Amino acid sequence: MSADHRNSQFDIAVIGAGVIGCAIARQFTLEGARVVVIEKAPDILDGASKANSAILHTGFDAPPGSIEASCIAAGHAEYLKIHERLGLPLIKSGALVIAWTEGEEQRLPMLMERARENGVEDVQFLSAGQTHELEPELAEHVKASFTVPREYVIDPWSAPYGYLLQGLANGAVIKRNCEVKGGRFDGVRWKLDTVQGQISATTVINAAGLYGDIIDQKLTGSTRFSIKPRKGQFIVYDKPASALVKHILLPVPNDVTKGVVICRTAYGNLLVGPTAEAQDDRVNAALSETAMTALRQRGEEILPALADHDVTAVYAGLRPATEFKDYQIHAHEGLNYITVGGIRSTGLSSALGTAKLIYQRYLESGEAFQPPATIQWPRVSNIAENYPRDWQCEGNKGIVCHCELVTRREITEALEGPLAVRSIGGLKRRTRATMGRCQGFYCSAELAKMTQPYFDAAGSTVRSHAGIN
Amino acid sequence: MPGSTEQLAAHGPACADGLSGMYGPENKADVVIIGAGPAGLAAATELRRCGVQSVVVLDREPVAGGIPRHCDHYPYGLREFSRLLRGPAYARRLVAAALAAGVRIHTGVSIQSLTSGPVLTVTSDAGVRVVHAQRVLIATGARETSRAARFIGGTKPGGVVSTGALQGLVHLEGITPFHAPVVLGTELVSFSALLTCRHLGIRPVAMIEPGASTTAFWPARWLPRILGIPLLLKTELLTIEGESTVSGVTIRRPNGDIERLNADGVIVSGHFRPESAILLSSHIELDRQTGGPVVDQFGRCSDPDFFAAGNLLRPVETAGWSWQEGKAVGHAIAQSLEGKLPGLTTGIAVELAGGSLKYVVPQRIVPTDVPPALDSFQFRVSHKAQGRLCLSIDGARKTVKSLSAVPERRIRVPLTVLPRSPTGTATFELVESDR
Repeated sequence: MSADHRNSQFDIAVIGAGVIGCAIARQFTLEGARVVVIEKAPDILDGASKANSAILHTGFDAPPGSIEASCIAAGHAEYLKIHERLGLPLIKSGALVIAWTEGEEQRLPMLMERARENGVEDVQFLSAGQTHELEPELAEHVKASFTVPREYVIDPWSAPYGYLLQGLANGAVIKRNCEVKGGRFDGVRWKLDTVQGQISATTVINAAGLYGDIIDQKLTGSTRFSIKPRKGQFIVYDKPASALVKHILLPVPNDVTKGVVICRTAYGNLLVGPTAEAQDDRVNAALSETAMTALRQRGEEILPALADHDVTAVYAGLRPATEFKDYQIHAHEGLNYITVGGIRSTGLSSALGTAKLIYQRYLESGEAFQPPATIQWPRVSNIAENYPRDWQCEGNKGIVCHCELVTRREITEALEGPLAVRSIGGLKRRTRATMGRCQGFYCSAELAKMTQPYFDAAGSTVRSHAGIN
Repeated sequence: MPGSTEQLAAHGPACADGLSGMYGPENKADVVIIGAGPAGLAAATELRRCGVQSVVVLDREPVAGGIPRHCDHYPYGLREFSRLLRGPAYARRLVAAALAAGVRIHTGVSIQSLTSGPVLTVTSDAGVRVVHAQRVLIATGARETSRAARFIGGTKPGGVVSTGALQGLVHLEGITPFHAPVVLGTELVSFSALLTCRHLGIRPVAMIEPGASTTAFWPARWLPRILGIPLLLKTELLTIEGESTVSGVTIRRPNGDIERLNADGVIVSGHFRPESAILLSSHIELDRQTGGPVVDQFGRCSDPDFFAAGNLLRPVETAGWSWQEGKAVGHAIAQSLEGKLPGLTTGIAVELAGGSLKYVVPQRIVPTDVPPALDSFQFRVSHKAQGRLCLSIDGARKTVKSLSAVPERRIRVPLTVLPRSPTGTATFELVESDR
């Protein structure tokens, strides 16, 4: 079979290589399907999935009975099952939902009840005193809290990378820089027109995130939702701040906002965020000095000792919210087309569960595949702080990014290895280079030199990745 | 994990000793110096001159020499070599002087932890190693505050760099990251950025300063005019715009108007912070005000086996100053090895009152007849201020001197302002006159 022929005949085309697309690609590949993942950006995780709070939620506060609730529960369970085999980190921090006012305190029993309804039975009420005993750095005015022991911290970039990597290792194909322009269904197969030519697949799965409604429009002529991007800004404290707190600190959500979360990251930092701001722009998530200052203030209200710590990074992400509360999952009758839209802010937690659900939806009208005889389990090279890192090993070729201890060997592997990165954004997500306290003061020059031969040959490349802030 | 008995096989172009058996099988040295910049190299050279046997300098960069290595402009070297040199030539001379004195320099080595002993864990291409020393000098310098830490709003395109990153790109890798950037800040380093731009034919569209005058002193102030670059005072950088690369910035002018400037890059310069990351996770006491370690007049840290010198002590001084400081602290370390320094416990704390003074170094004084390494208190003000610098000690308060100062300018007061055997706490305050 010629490469061209092979590449143009797929069972499943997944549009979008965010966390959801990566998980779906893995699921279908392991079921035996020939999968192609089509991504508009030069690298995976370039849209909504590039910025989130990096928590593996239990779904304790999701609306009971919702698709979201069931996907989070299933996603959480599946992550625990596969993370070790894929080499993905898990920090068993647990979470505390903390009431800071009497009004919030009164809502705790209701939230605990909802948690139990969602199958999260192990929540436990704590008095103010007990809360302080667990987290001595919390501000004095804690009223009460409850624990959610199975809320965990994970690595938001390695996880989806690992899912897709396993898909690729078992036969899936990724096409990056491959925007879908349009397409039609001839009653048997889809012909997708992309900037890289036509791609043919029996079934199309739209996991286009922030562009979900646009892809629906382009391919089916209509959409049942519209994306209303919601921006979340975060501030990240330097590593010593992560010693201030053990649990993920969750606020009591109210009708207006879910509130500000404080949690450690897999990389050993402490993050405070997000904000929740509606906007029309699907591309740019602009930071605002006012919002960042407000986050810093809120952080210090919760953990007063944060006043003595430095913020080293800031970021903003966009969540593909819609006019609806729940996920928008629709199988289009007679079209071999499934929309997976409106995965608001819980995509990282739910992805593996959502992928299972999508496969079930597919089976309602599609045929089952022949699963492969053996399944490959590639391991993701670790970038999380509390697991062995390359800098500790011989032959690492020296450290390039000193703040995040990224070695030359790690960078070379990201540039040359499977699913090689093609942009500075991709390199940062794969290795964390430049994301530490100096934000590229020391390593920008070295990185520019190292990446120059790999990224596109246009002269603009260096400029686009030279200043990495 | 590699065994700790092997030699620390980390090296770079600055190594002259061929490396084999660098510490012998035990990874030991009399003095280990962290940082091969002006302070670290000056200290190392001085230590050898004082007869200390094994002096090893470790640097995480591939080449020794520190920041001057990529400051390809004058003026360097007058104090040290009585010659006017460009940064890279100056750095090479410092390295050559150290090597000639018998110092061993190893590059590509990062320090991961400092514990009492002193014991260092270091990492390099060879993996993790443990190094033992009699004394450790920490001379890791300072870095500029990033765009992120300053909460500058807007998008995150490429082309937003610190001066350090710019000079690294330009002088070390020969890359021109932009053609018409905006320069934020007017510290000395900001003018160094202008010189770097000129070197490459980069033409900054404006230099932006939130304050009413430039931070650096007057000769530098003329530079934008000479180069034909608009200097916008009392102007704030609000947001950075652009997707993959910078397309422009928005600024707030003194009259409150918000304007947009077309630019293809932003140089976020200055606001130095001591590079104290390895201290943050160590047992060594830090000073919130400087961001560096608490030291006495010998540059000794709270653990007296550890010393500090150069811009780690405070933001920020010139290379020449750091060199001088390194040399003096190197001498103190040699004395310490001979048991000639007094114990730390008799020291008194030096503190600040009021909000006008930003920091003081040293933060502890030990009564002794041994001449100090740091012979004066160094201050900075947090805002433009005028008044009397007062010292309270032993319940008595006196005026040290009248002072008119602006941020980032050097303020010095000789240590001799203290009584011979002080007790209690020495508190400095700048009492501002009515404005």
